[in-house]
Amino acid sequence: MQLTQKKRRRGDLLTAAAVAMLLAVMAALLYTGSLTRQVTNMLIPTAVYIVMAVSLNLVVGLLGELSLGHAGFMSVGLFSGCLVAIALTNTALPLAVRLPVSMLAGGLTAAVFGLLVGLPTLRLRGDYLAIVTLACGEIIKNIITNLRVTGGALGLNTAAIYAGAKELLPYGAALVLLTVAVMLNLKRSKYGRAIMAIRDNRIAAESVGLNVTRYKLAVFVIAAFFAGCAGVLYGHSLANIKAAAFDYNMSIEILVIVVLGGMGSVPGSVVSAIVLTVLPEALREVADYRMLVYAVVLILVMQATNNPTMKRFFGSACKSLTPVRKERAAL
Amino acid sequence: MTNLIQTLISGLSLGSIYALIALGYTMVYGIAKMLNFAHGDVIMVGAYSGIVAVAQMGLSPWVTVIVSIAVCAVLGVVIEFCAYKPLRQAAPLSVLITAIGVSYLLQNAALLLFGSQQMAYPTLLKLPMLTVGGVQIDGITLLTLAVTAALMAALTLFIDRTKLGKAMRAVSEDKGAATLMGINVDRTITLTFAIGSALAAFASMFYGMTYVYIKPTTGAMPGIKAFTAAVFGGIGSIPGAMIGGILLGLIEQMSKTYISTLWADAIVFAVLVVVLVVKPTGLLGKPMQEKV
Amino acid sequence: MTTKAKLVKRPSSVLLPERDADKSPVLECVGLGVTFGGLKAVEDFNLTIGRTEIAGLIGPNGAGKTTVFNLLTKVYQPTAGAILLDGKDTHAMTTAQVNRAGIARTFQNIRLFNGLTVAENLMMAMGDSVRYGLAGSILHFPRYAREERIARERAEELLSIFRMERHADERAGSLPYGAQRRLEILRALASNPCLLLLDEPAAGMNPSETAELMENIRRIRDTFQIAVLLIEHDMELVMNICEGICVLNFGHIIAKGTPEDIQRNEAVIEAYLGKKKEAAS
Repeated sequence: MQLTQKKRRRGDLLTAAAVAMLLAVMAALLYTGSLTRQVTNMLIPTAVYIVMAVSLNLVVGLLGELSLGHAGFMSVGLFSGCLVAIALTNTALPLAVRLPVSMLAGGLTAAVFGLLVGLPTLRLRGDYLAIVTLACGEIIKNIITNLRVTGGALGLNTAAIYAGAKELLPYGAALVLLTVAVMLNLKRSKYGRAIMAIRDNRIAAESVGLNVTRYKLAVFVIAAFFAGCAGVLYGHSLANIKAAAFDYNMSIEILVIVVLGGMGSVPGSVVSAIVLTVLPEALREVADYRMLVYAVVLILVMQATNNPTMKRFFGSACKSLTPVRKERAAL
Repeated sequence: MTNLIQTLISGLSLGSIYALIALGYTMVYGIAKMLNFAHGDVIMVGAYSGIVAVAQMGLSPWVTVIVSIAVCAVLGVVIEFCAYKPLRQAAPLSVLITAIGVSYLLQNAALLLFGSQQMAYPTLLKLPMLTVGGVQIDGITLLTLAVTAALMAALTLFIDRTKLGKAMRAVSEDKGAATLMGINVDRTITLTFAIGSALAAFASMFYGMTYVYIKPTTGAMPGIKAFTAAVFGGIGSIPGAMIGGILLGLIEQMSKTYISTLWADAIVFAVLVVVLVVKPTGLLGKPMQEKV
Repeated sequence: MTTKAKLVKRPSSVLLPERDADKSPVLECVGLGVTFGGLKAVEDFNLTIGRTEIAGLIGPNGAGKTTVFNLLTKVYQPTAGAILLDGKDTHAMTTAQVNRAGIARTFQNIRLFNGLTVAENLMMAMGDSVRYGLAGSILHFPRYAREERIARERAEELLSIFRMERHADERAGSLPYGAQRRLEILRALASNPCLLLLDEPAAGMNPSETAELMENIRRIRDTFQIAVLLIEHDMELVMNICEGICVLNFGHIIAKGTPEDIQRNEAVIEAYLGKKKEAAS
C-alpha cells in the first residue's frame, strides 16, 4: 500500500530532476555561446510562461476553477517589482540582491491583490467566477494604464533595469525550480488533498469540515504570488512595459498552455509552456495561422477529453491528458 | 442640461445595443445553462456579413438585413451543434473553455479573411438628424431604441404565448422533466441559439450604423459588457437583460462624459464585480437553491 | 482494531474514551422548521437524541427527511426553531463548523471525492487533527512526514472496520457501489463526530448486505460511543436496529416512539398505506 505513495514521490523527484537538468543544459549552452540569438531571446519568456502556467494550473487544474485574470496579477507584480528595481538601481547593490528583492516585492504585491480580489469573489463558482476574474484583470489593466507613476499609456521605461538572458537566466531557473517544487509538494499534502476534494465535490468537502473559502483563497494567493514574481522577471527582459499587453488575451494564452498540458499536471504544464513558446517562433512564417490553430486545437482537446464517443476514439491519447472530473449531479 | 440629455440619449442607444446582445446571453444561459463566450464574436461576424453583402455583393439594404440575420442564426446553430452539444454532459469548465476556443476561432478567422484594418459598415438607412427642444438626436439612435423595444415585446409574447416559447421555459426549468413531457430538448436549445444569434445580428446592424468601424476584435468587448448587463439584470430573465443593458449603457456613457473615457471601462467592470459579490442573482434574477 | 502490531506514537483519536457520563442528549431540535418561498418544507420539528442512541427517521417519499438532515448540517438555514448540539446552539454555524462541532453525515446520492484514493478520502475528513499547516504543506518539514504517517495509519484503522484495507490506494470512484457507501460511512466517522447521520445507508443492498450493515452500525455505535440517526425505507432494518423512531409526513412529525409504538400507530399506517376503504355496500 505504501508502494503507491513511494511511486508518487519518485514521480515527483523525477519531474523536479528533469526540470533541473533541462535548465542546467540550457545554462551550459548559453554560457558557452552555443545558442543562436533567436533561442537566447526565447529563454526568459519561456521561463516566465512556465511559471505562469504552473501557477495557473494550481487554480484551474487542481482547484477546478477558471481564473481569467491571471495576467492581471502578473501585471501588478511586474509593475510594482520593476518600480522597486528601478529605485534600487540608485543604490550600490548588485543585481544578485536587487533582482530577488524586487521579485519578492512584486510577488508579495501580487499576492495582496490576489487576496483583495479573492476575498469577495471566491464565494462564486464556475461561469460567474470566470467572468469576475476577467473583469478584475481588466480593471487592474485599466488602473495601471491610467496611473502616472507607471508611465501611463506610454508604458514604463525599464531601460535602467534591462538585462540580457545571460544575466537573468540563473534567477529564471531558480524561480522555475521553486514554482515546480512548491506545486509538487502542495499536491502531496493536506492542502493539496483539500483542494482536490473541493474540486471533486464541494458540498461533501464542506460536510467533512473544510472551510472551502479559506482553501480557495490560499490557492488563489499562492498562484498570484508566483505570477507576480514571473512578471518582475519578464519586466527585466524588456525595455518598455505597457499594461495593455497583460489583458485577458494573455490570460487565455496561459489557459491554453495549462489545458493542453493537462489539468493538474506539473510536468505537463512545463512541457506545454516550452512547446507553445518555442513553436510560434519556429513557425514564424505561419504566424498568422497560429492563434487560429490554437483555437481549433483547444476545441478539439476539450471534445476529446469530454465527449464519450471521442474519448473512446482517442483512447490511449487521453491517458496523458487528465479528463476534467465532473461533480456528480444530485437528482 | 442639453449635455445631460445628449449623454442620456447616447447612453440609451448604447444600452439598447447591449440589451440586444444581453438577450442572447441570457436566453442561452437560462435554457442551455452555459455561458456562450463566443456570442460577442457572432456580432462581429454579423457586422462583417453586412459589409460583405453591401460592398462586395452589392445587395440592397433590406436583403442585407435578412442576410445578416440568416448568417448569424446559422452560425449560432452550427456552433451549438459542433462545439457545445457534444459536451452537454461534461463539466461546465470544459464547456466554458470550448466557448473561449470558439470565440478565438471566430476572431482569428475574421482576421485572416478581412485583415486587422478596420472596415466601415455600410449605411443601410439614411436617417436625418432630428432636433428636439435644442437637443440633437441621431435618427439611427431613435431607430435603435424603437426596434429594440419592438423586439423585446415580440420576444416576450413569443415566450409567454406560443407553444415553442413554453417549451423553452420548460427546458430552462427542468431539462429532464421537459423531455419526459415530450418536448424535443435538442430542437428547443437549437432554436434558442438561433433566436439569440438573430438578435445579435440586429445588434450588429445597429452597432455598425452607430459606430461605423468594424475590426475582428470588435465583438469581444461589447460581448463581455453585455454579459455584465445580463448578470446585472439577472441572468435568465429577459426583462432583466433589457433593464441591465439599458442601465449599463447609461452608466458607461455617463462615466465617459462626466468622469473620463479612461476610467469608463474600469467602472463598467467594477459594476459587474459589485453586483456579483453583493447580489449574484442580479436585479431580477431568482435565487437558485442547490439540491443536496 | 489494527491487525498489524504497529505502534502509533499518539493515541488514536479514532477510538474515543467514554463520552460524558451524565448521558445528556447529544441533539435537541426545538420547533425546527424551514420555509422555501411559500412552501413549508419542514415545520415544528421537535426531536431529542440520546448520547449513544440509534434513532430512525422514516416517512413516505418527499416527507422532508433529507431536508431535516440538511437543516442539521446547515446546508439549509432554518427559518424557525433551534438546533442544540451538545447544548450549543448551531444557529450561526456553517456546514463546516457544524461538522467540526460533531455532526457528520452520508448522502443519499454518494458524494465521494472520486479523484482521490480511498485512504485520502478518509484523511480528508480528519481536518485539523493532522497537525501541519500551509507552511508544512509547501516545505514538507519532518513534522509533515510524521503527521502524514499517523493520518495514514488512522485511515487504515478505520478501513479495518469494514475490512477494506486492501482498497486503500484505489481511486474512490472505481470502487463498487456497496464499497462506496461503506467508504462514505467511514469518511463520516473519520471526522470524529458525536452524531452520525446516515441517509438511506441500505439503499441498493440485498438482505444479507443489509444484515451486515445492521451489525456494523451497532458495532460502530458501541466502539465509538456515538449516536446515530438514520433515514431509511427498509422497515426491517429500521425496526430491528432503531431504539427510537420519528415518523415524518409532509414536513410534520406524525409519530414518535419505540418500534412497537410506531408499528401500531394508526397515523403512520395511514401515511404509508392510505385510509382504509369503506366497504362497498
